[in-house]
Amino acid sequence: MNKTFLIIGREYFSRVKKKSFLITTILVPLVIVAFYAIIIAVSVKGSTSETKLAVIDEAGLFSDSTLSESKVLKLTFIKNETEQSFTGKYKEQGYEGFLYIPVFDISKQQKFVVHSQSSLSLSNNIAIEKYINKAIENKRLIAKGIDPAVFKSISADAQVDNTIDTKEGSKKGSAGVAFAVSFACGILIYMMMIIYGTQVMRGVMEEKTNRIAEVIVSSVKPFQLMLGKIIGIGAVGLTQFAIWIVIMVVLQSAIPLIFPDMMQQVTNGAAADVDENMMATITQGLSSLPLLKIVSLFLFYFLAGYLTYASLFAAVGSVVSEDQQEAQQLVFPILMPIILGFVIMTNSINNPHSNMAVFGSIFPLTSPIVMMGRITYDIPAWQLIASMVSLIATFLFFTWVTAKIYRTGILMYGKKPSWKEMLKWAVKKG
Amino acid sequence: MQLLELQNLKKYFATQKAVDDISFTINKGSIFGMLGPNGAGKTTLLRMITGIFYPDSGEVIFNGKKFDPSSDFRNIGYMPEERGLYKKMKIGEQAVYLARLKGLSHAEATQKVKEWFVKFEMQSWWNKKVEDLSKGMSQKLQFVTTVLHEPNLIILDEPFSGLDPVNANLIKDEIFKLAKKGSTIIFSTHRMEQVEEICDHIVLINKGKKILDGTVNNIKQDFKENIYKVGANILPEHLMTYIFEVVKHEDHLVLIKLQHDATPNDVLKHFINQGVEIHSFNEVLPSINDIFIQLVNGTTNAREFQNIQ
Repeated sequence: MNKTFLIIGREYFSRVKKKSFLITTILVPLVIVAFYAIIIAVSVKGSTSETKLAVIDEAGLFSDSTLSESKVLKLTFIKNETEQSFTGKYKEQGYEGFLYIPVFDISKQQKFVVHSQSSLSLSNNIAIEKYINKAIENKRLIAKGIDPAVFKSISADAQVDNTIDTKEGSKKGSAGVAFAVSFACGILIYMMMIIYGTQVMRGVMEEKTNRIAEVIVSSVKPFQLMLGKIIGIGAVGLTQFAIWIVIMVVLQSAIPLIFPDMMQQVTNGAAADVDENMMATITQGLSSLPLLKIVSLFLFYFLAGYLTYASLFAAVGSVVSEDQQEAQQLVFPILMPIILGFVIMTNSINNPHSNMAVFGSIFPLTSPIVMMGRITYDIPAWQLIASMVSLIATFLFFTWVTAKIYRTGILMYGKKPSWKEMLKWAVKKG
Repeated sequence: MQLLELQNLKKYFATQKAVDDISFTINKGSIFGMLGPNGAGKTTLLRMITGIFYPDSGEVIFNGKKFDPSSDFRNIGYMPEERGLYKKMKIGEQAVYLARLKGLSHAEATQKVKEWFVKFEMQSWWNKKVEDLSKGMSQKLQFVTTVLHEPNLIILDEPFSGLDPVNANLIKDEIFKLAKKGSTIIFSTHRMEQVEEICDHIVLINKGKKILDGTVNNIKQDFKENIYKVGANILPEHLMTYIFEVVKHEDHLVLIKLQHDATPNDVLKHFINQGVEIHSFNEVLPSINDIFIQLVNGTTNAREFQNIQ
């Protein structure tokens, strides 16, 4: 057992001390934060560039309603022009395009045309449709003898908030935050299983092609070497998580201090679209979630899922030689259930109690990822227990089988063994 | 006093009887040569001795007890034919790590590594990586990591390949020293001149079977062909006799092969009676190389694949 710790130590420190570990560990959160900052900057700054559009309103559609000016879209009414005559002119006059409204029957469905040199942006398209709809509604109200002002005073704008009742009291929930947490957990486990699983495979291949494996297995049992590698690399993954979380927390709390103006702008800008302060929603949404349960389930499924798959990756690494292509072929069947799990996970966030989601979160090959999709919802206890028990059983079974394949494979050189041969190694006694 | 005893070891792979019923014993403190052509089953046999492979049947008795890898790992040092070290790991760190895997404490391992590095003039290597070393240098490092923990049994598979004569001698001297201190050394090779120089006892393996077992001297005696080298000024007419046959005749040298029951004395008498002045008279023993070729040549060169149920 002592020797296994030695191996774990080597696997762990040889990776953590590498420059590339330091760089990725620090760069990834920085990239995410930079990405954040760019999105915020774009959404704040983007509103200053405006599109100038001309309108030829032959039907007099906008005669009754006043156009509310928008920052992004500036509309100018043009008189004494027709669609044909203006088509050649609008560019010279400094318009990016023009909207043509012919005379039409107000009670019927109607299509309108915007002429422009380059295609209209989606947001402008939506804004124009909104103006037209509003104007048509106004016309129709007047036609029915209803005062638009009266209509406005009676039309409602209801909002639904979600309150989650727990033993500790009621909290305000947020479906959006719950969705984000689920998705983030799922994608993290998905990425970690693939990234660290591949690292295990590469490590085993390296030992095999370097022929150090033969030296080491004359000192320790092959199983100790395999286990040491898997645990050591898993510990690297956990370290990376821990560092990321610390960096994230520090940066999140540091940003408002460093850029107070920017946050001011963001909240102002956001206030126009979202009724409430976005930050408050996120904090409230987060506090409504059972965080302790989520963190512990996440850690459990990350570890159990990683261990289950890592032993498979180790077995693949042990049977192939230097050929990367051979490794890819063998890795494919391992990646399939991981990807399937990811697909089911994205689906089960929206339908957490569907048959597919329940099956996916119990089936051990997909459960580590799929369970994350359901993590913010109330999962029946029997499903959790069934899922955990089957995952642990699978992990033990896989480790037992792959250890045998590993033991034989790591000392075999030359041709890649066939599935039949590997099966023989796996069932062979002793 | 024997250190290692192999009893009817067998290991079959899918298409090869790699080791097919091999038994022999190795005495404590001896340097034991294991010879055989490529693919004879040497590496498989060594892997069973080191506990890397389990034999299909038969037993390995080590130090009077059945070999148990978990307790006997400590007493064995194995240098495989294909050298293996972590390329990206620092050399000092790596040597200490490998010694600790054998069961040495950190302090003990560090001290031993330092001693050996001084002995082999490798102190400046400590913080270098294996990928910075030449083939011969990493060979030296591999040897150090193999013998560092002072095992009772040291197994060296082709220890001199890739070494220049100076470094080969350095390692050869260390091998003798280790044997003198009581370590037993198994030395696997197909370089015959090294075997004659170094080994006390040899076995020859071919096609998974042992075909020869004995001390170097005994084997040579067994395979001698009664050839003698006579140094004298001999004319052709002196050679007309039935007691020997001429193998080779040069100016002052004749190689003769005794016939029937003739003894060396008969030959000397014959020459003296003829009035030939003899400068030297030696028996010529076959080299291990000749014996090896003689024994192995009769069989097909490469092993064929066979189906084993």
